[in-house]
Amino acid sequence: MPFREALKAGVVSVVLLLFFVSIWHVATLPKETAATADSEYAKLMGKGAVKSEGFPTPAQMGETILRHLADPFYDRGPNDKGVGIQLGHSLARVSSGFLLAVLFAIPLGFLIGMSPLLYRALDPFIQVLKPISPLAWMPLALYTIKDSSISGVFVIFICSVWPMLINTAYGVGAVRRDWLNVAKTLEVKPLRKAFQVMLPAAAPTILTGMRISIGIAWLVIVAAEMLVGGTGIGYFVWNEWNNLNLTNVIFAILVIGLVGMALDFLFARLQKFVTYVE
Amino acid sequence: MPFLQVQNLKKVFPGAAGKTLPVFENINFDIGRGEFVCIIGHSGCGKTTILNVLAGLDTASDGIVIMDGREIAGPSLDRGVVFQGHALMPWLSVEKNIAFAVRSRWPDWDKAKVAAHCGKFIATVGLAGSEHKKPSELSGGMKQRVGIARAFAIEPKMLLLDEPFGALDALTRGVIQDELLRICAATHQTVFMITHDVDEAILLADKILLMSNGPRAVIAEIVQNTMPRERTRETMHHDPQFYRIRNHLVDFLVHRSKLLASGETERPAQPRLVKPGLEIDADATQPAPPMRHTPNIVNLRH
Repeated sequence: MPFREALKAGVVSVVLLLFFVSIWHVATLPKETAATADSEYAKLMGKGAVKSEGFPTPAQMGETILRHLADPFYDRGPNDKGVGIQLGHSLARVSSGFLLAVLFAIPLGFLIGMSPLLYRALDPFIQVLKPISPLAWMPLALYTIKDSSISGVFVIFICSVWPMLINTAYGVGAVRRDWLNVAKTLEVKPLRKAFQVMLPAAAPTILTGMRISIGIAWLVIVAAEMLVGGTGIGYFVWNEWNNLNLTNVIFAILVIGLVGMALDFLFARLQKFVTYVE
Repeated sequence: MPFLQVQNLKKVFPGAAGKTLPVFENINFDIGRGEFVCIIGHSGCGKTTILNVLAGLDTASDGIVIMDGREIAGPSLDRGVVFQGHALMPWLSVEKNIAFAVRSRWPDWDKAKVAAHCGKFIATVGLAGSEHKKPSELSGGMKQRVGIARAFAIEPKMLLLDEPFGALDALTRGVIQDELLRICAATHQTVFMITHDVDEAILLADKILLMSNGPRAVIAEIVQNTMPRERTRETMHHDPQFYRIRNHLVDFLVHRSKLLASGETERPAQPRLVKPGLEIDADATQPAPPMRHTPNIVNLRH
């Protein structure tokens, strides 16, 4: 039964996709009257039968996708790199910023979660810093770090730190008293208690924070790369917009969506792995 | 000198608007080595707090507890605790839950020794074959068995049980009571246990502490269980002592615990030691009332 449900849902998805693509196709059909009336003129102006400007058709889109997939890692100078290389740059920035955030937020979250005093003392800072758009840090980062690529990493760090910090603190603070009492009566040493009782108990909450963080990080990296330029999928989008190549822009949008989905899927799996049933 | 001495224990919780009535006060009792002691009383009289003080998880406002010649100050591996809600770690299997305790007790044991030790105690509580199950895959009774095995596995000098069978159905409860009785008899374990079940107390305990209602609860009486220690659930109710003890306990819980709380009866500073099982009815010439066995459990929680 669940399999049949999944099959039905899949069929509906495919039908919706076909519907969407056919609307797209109809909407971007070349305007016949204009084309026939001016064909002489068009020939005179040396233009071919195929109009290259305007919104791309699904066929052109498909062609572009195939072209990119056939050679994703080419490198022809600073303004013409394969989409694979651009993605690699973005993912490297996201993962290093995210990892730094993990190293910072999880230990600090543990301390905050264990100490109500620290929680109260740091809460105003967290509440003020949390709602700041990560891109607002960019000028400050560029000024102090003086390196656009590292500034991008910093922006990823600052945007992924908050959900992880808050979730870790909450998860550690909410560890069942019973389990801590078991550890107490067994005279478990603090470090062992942290790693074998509190960490597994809080792991599902921490992973939820990490999943939110990686989602935000992937949203922010595109904007950050548009701003600082150089490399990355965000820069690729901006560069193709300057080239007025909408086909490439659409392709990049698709890729951003797919990679974001893959990252979320990865963390969903990790989350499932550490989740326990009470 | 008794194995465990509780002297003048008192607990005050900071109440609302500065009102600070002690939950209990003047708590005095001893537990001998190898003795099984149950404590009975209505909810709110501070039984769990007393147990937590014995465990070292809570501190008393006044008074001391001495175990084996040393004052209890904080939790210790010498006292194993079986918690009310089993308190198993849901991300660990049955074996790993017990191994966690065993490794805490003997950190330098190797894997094989830990596994063998765990296996022994898993078998003792009848859970062989379920070693690799997670607590969520076990029934309530099986979970509590793991809790008991975990407490026994560290071979503590004393076992503290906080109403371990409260959440179990009557049948499962009976089976596990028998098992507990068997293990305790085999290991000569000293036990302090909270219960709400009068029959359970008579079956398991050598001494039953009766607490008056809180606040300002005291231990009013210590009932000596004079029935032979070889009693079983099946035959216990054929002993005429059983009804005398049972009536005494129920009578206390239904009437006298309230009177003691409201101050209508004199409150003893030291609890009286009574042996209702040996008391012969004053008017033995009267035809004895028909023995009625009420198998239903006297449930004190309303």
